[in-house]
Amino acid sequence: MLDDFLVRAMLASVGVALAAAPLGCFVVWRRMAYFGDATAHAAVLGVALSLALSIPIFAGVLVACLFMAITVSSLSGRGFTMDTLLGVMSHTSLAIGLVAVSFLSGVRIDLMSYLFGDILAVGKTDLWVIALGVMIVLALMVWRWSGILLSTINPDLALASGIDPKREQLVLTISLAIVVAVSIKVVGVLLIAAMLIVPAATARPFSKTPEMMALIAAILGISACLSGLRASYVFDTPTGPTIVCVSALLFVLTNLAHRLIPFIRPHFIGKKI
Amino acid sequence: MLIECENLSVHLRRREILQNISLSVNSGEIVTIIGPNGSGKSTLFKAIIGAVPSSSGVIHKKQGLRIGYVPQKLHIDEALPITVKRFMNLPSGHSQLAIEEALENAGASKLESEQLMDLSGGQFQRVLLARALLGQPDLLLLDEATQGLDHRGSAEFYRQISHVRDKLGCGIVMISHELHVVMRQTDRVICLNGNICCQGKPEAVSDSPEYYALFGLDRDNESALYLHRNHHRNTLPAEMTHAG
Repeated sequence: MLDDFLVRAMLASVGVALAAAPLGCFVVWRRMAYFGDATAHAAVLGVALSLALSIPIFAGVLVACLFMAITVSSLSGRGFTMDTLLGVMSHTSLAIGLVAVSFLSGVRIDLMSYLFGDILAVGKTDLWVIALGVMIVLALMVWRWSGILLSTINPDLALASGIDPKREQLVLTISLAIVVAVSIKVVGVLLIAAMLIVPAATARPFSKTPEMMALIAAILGISACLSGLRASYVFDTPTGPTIVCVSALLFVLTNLAHRLIPFIRPHFIGKKI
Repeated sequence: MLIECENLSVHLRRREILQNISLSVNSGEIVTIIGPNGSGKSTLFKAIIGAVPSSSGVIHKKQGLRIGYVPQKLHIDEALPITVKRFMNLPSGHSQLAIEEALENAGASKLESEQLMDLSGGQFQRVLLARALLGQPDLLLLDEATQGLDHRGSAEFYRQISHVRDKLGCGIVMISHELHVVMRQTDRVICLNGNICCQGKPEAVSDSPEYYALFGLDRDNESALYLHRNHHRNTLPAEMTHAG
């Protein structure tokens, strides 16, 4: 079954969508949208690193993302605001990555496949790496969920309950780096942020609790992946961008549905979305 | 004795916020901390819960002290859907009975299935109090818990607090601007401005020159409300103690 490239593509995208859902919710709640972007840009540097040192792409990207994420978290609050730091770090690492790639003369690199993903080329080994990454992230999410959630609501409340918000932030940061690293083959560097944010944003109006939002985001993400895969096969379009397009379409449609049919969710009407 | 600070000092960004704070809180006692903006009231709370490190001095806590904390500002992001019940169950779950009891003690019954975002200011403060009451705290820390409430609302809130103290027997420390509202519900007042200026019974503190120096303007403004002032400002009442 795993010999079929479409089956592999399906499994890979479903896995990434599953892990991206809870993380995406935290990205939305903590207003870290730009953080996802920055980690993704660092991934380009990671690609350059792994090609230069001929180590697996996953490893290089993971290291670059972790480095970026941990640097930003530890530097924030020391005279720079988060968005300034992210702006500096993210574009610097993107630029260094692009320059570094140009030095690698011996290899002909198709940078496009890293920027936009190449899901149909996911091999069996890739699939195992994705599965491992997704399982680690989901396990971390289940294990630390309450702690991260309370730290998200208010760090001091977490402290008073004996939870260290810095540690929870680190767990979240590491999980984000892992997801970016494993999904680089699926949607590519430029579109990972969309995989994180769009399903979570779509799920918001339908959710009453944080857990419900993560669950609905997962379902939406998986359906976007499956139908995007199918659509890209039928219309012969690039797969990663097609998945994100379907995801965005879901966002627009559900929002329209809400405005047109007010009685679906009475308590949210009248507030801006 | 629940908690005791000994010569506690706190520096933030090389600025001394708190100097030589020594205080202790016993169970069943309500202590109110007053002080102008930037006098280190919230920082004192943060030092107690461990959110900011102390640069010198020590904080002794009773073995296994359980702290219930109500922060000054709590903004629930619009993107985060959460019901009162779910919020009460963070970080660990409590029985339905315990939650109902805590909500009732805080005067917030029947709000369980509401979204936090949809609550009014007063309801929200009560839910925060209810959450702090879960798990039977020995010490309650309330940081301007009546922010955004009108006079009647905050008077009611303070009555609720003293009711909580009577029922649970915990020690309560609260930060407040409204000494005249808190007065009747509080056992001891600590006047803070970087260091402890004065402390004692509420009536004594509100008549002290230190209090007048800090809040003189307020007092003039409020004098219309308080016609029965103590006229002998120079004779300090016996229960006053001076720091420094």
